[in-house]
Amino acid sequence: MTTAANLPPAAAQPAPNVERAPGKASRARHGAPGNRELRAKVSVPLTVLMWVIAAVYAFPLLWFILSSFKPGSELFSYPLSMLPREWTFQGFVDAWERVNFAQYFLNTATVAIATTVLTVFFSACTGYALAKYNNKGTRLFFVCILATTMLPTEVILNPTFSVIRDLGLYNSLAGIIVPSVLTATGVFMFRQFFLTVPDDLLHSARIDGAGELAIFFRIMLPLSKPILFTLAIFSFQWRWNDYIWPLIVLNDPKWYTLQVALRSIVGAENIDWPVLLGASVISLLPLVLIFFVFQKYVLNADVSAGLKD
Amino acid sequence: MAQPTISTVAAPETPAPRPAGSKSAQKRRNRYVIAPLVLIGVNVVLFLVFFVWPGALGMLYSFTDYRGIGKLHFIGLANFQKLFADGSFYAALGRTFVYTILSVPLVYACSLGVAALLVSRAVRGRTAAKIVIFLPWLISPIVVGVIWKWLFGQDFGFVNFVISTLGGNPLPWSSNGDLALAVVIFASAWGGTAFNMLLFIAALKNIPEALLEAAELDGANAWQRFRHVTLPGIAPTSFMVILLSTIHAMKEFAMIQALTGGGPGTQNTLIVQYIYKTGFEQSKVGYASAASMVLMAVLLAIALIQLRFNRKKG
Repeated sequence: MTTAANLPPAAAQPAPNVERAPGKASRARHGAPGNRELRAKVSVPLTVLMWVIAAVYAFPLLWFILSSFKPGSELFSYPLSMLPREWTFQGFVDAWERVNFAQYFLNTATVAIATTVLTVFFSACTGYALAKYNNKGTRLFFVCILATTMLPTEVILNPTFSVIRDLGLYNSLAGIIVPSVLTATGVFMFRQFFLTVPDDLLHSARIDGAGELAIFFRIMLPLSKPILFTLAIFSFQWRWNDYIWPLIVLNDPKWYTLQVALRSIVGAENIDWPVLLGASVISLLPLVLIFFVFQKYVLNADVSAGLKD
Repeated sequence: MAQPTISTVAAPETPAPRPAGSKSAQKRRNRYVIAPLVLIGVNVVLFLVFFVWPGALGMLYSFTDYRGIGKLHFIGLANFQKLFADGSFYAALGRTFVYTILSVPLVYACSLGVAALLVSRAVRGRTAAKIVIFLPWLISPIVVGVIWKWLFGQDFGFVNFVISTLGGNPLPWSSNGDLALAVVIFASAWGGTAFNMLLFIAALKNIPEALLEAAELDGANAWQRFRHVTLPGIAPTSFMVILLSTIHAMKEFAMIQALTGGGPGTQNTLIVQYIYKTGFEQSKVGYASAASMVLMAVLLAIALIQLRFNRKKG
């Protein structure tokens, strides 16, 4: 972005085009024919390289998932085979029934959904205020939020536990939900988005006599729908996969979330691998499902927007 | 659309017969002070309760011998004196630095390399490849740990199976401290690539094509173009990725808990794990808080050094 700003207008012109259009559009924009021939030549080794790398990235997960379909006896019997010789769902069934996994699943879903709704809403409010009201208070709070990224919860485990306990949130799902609502990334994403919304829109709404909060709820919030979806997916992923908050807040196994439960299986003296594999794979399913439905909000999102400053 | 009454949510409006000037002054105050306050209110409270309060409390604890219950008993700097003479604290901190120094460059190189391939028009099937490489982002640190533990299991893992099939000796991935750390580093690169890759893709797409073509016309080869056009162009993103990855690595916890549990023995216990063990399992809250304060200072120092470095370059 900085480079684009330094260029003369004519040269900088294609930049907006590049910024938003993934894939095909930018390919079509490509220049001289000689140049294209050159690129076509190098395309084979680079493509092979890309796919070898993709295979390397895919392999650990693929091996893990295929293993989860093997019966316990086959897991450790050499020679190992890529595909299960005998396909079974026993690991999944055991995980679901024996380890009380359904309960953990429900707990995790409750936490992830509730936190996500609250995070998206309050991040939108805060991000909007930080973008459109420039006064001492909002400027100070912006710095405060920036500070939270430098000082993560992991650094203040014990005092955080004391605070949770003193607030009466210990051993409850609310104790995970409430502290997780404020996220710097969420606030920054919305702030960055609202900075790009022209102030004229705000001014004309004011001239029309709309109240400040009405402007936010009726005009600005609906405008921010793409960011809303992106943050919702991010937040759901953070909460679903979170380990540290549930670890310090929860004590009673009936409130455990998936990650804490998985850790208790893998931390055991003798790891029950068939159950662990099944349980882990089950825990991945909701996110994979959400990702494939909403992937454009993740992969095409300008995630840097929220983190850039 | 126009709903003047809605602003009363922020502050009850004064009765109608008033001089026009003061009314509009109050309205302006509603606009510029009260409305943003309402909007940021909840997050301000959350910030104070779950960030400032524990932060201050942690500082307080670090000067006491608090053990989780009872009254605070101040012991001055005794915790810090003990800490700086504690070999296991240095071991944990040192191991954390080693882990950070090895894993951050690897994450950086992997994400930038993959991103560069994914924006190159010479590569076919980029969308599918992008999805495949992005998948690890969906996986929790705990499950990442489990996946790599399964892959590198000493007696049952796929990697040792391949090594022994090829005629080599199986490597002690979990009983040798350095090899165990290597697995942790691989796992962190695998899990950390996806998100940083997205950042780099966005940055690379913002580099004006004209600049690269001009360099090409001037006879710059691919490496020179990358070194002198692309790299400076993505410098802000590089800075951000390095800063975020460094902080992330310094506070690595969940993935290691699942992968090695800090083992073999306590050889790969990183600093957050050390704090967790002393603070929760041994309930030496005061002592653990002192260690937390040191980690906090280290993180701040890293952030400041990198910020300064970035300013100087920019």
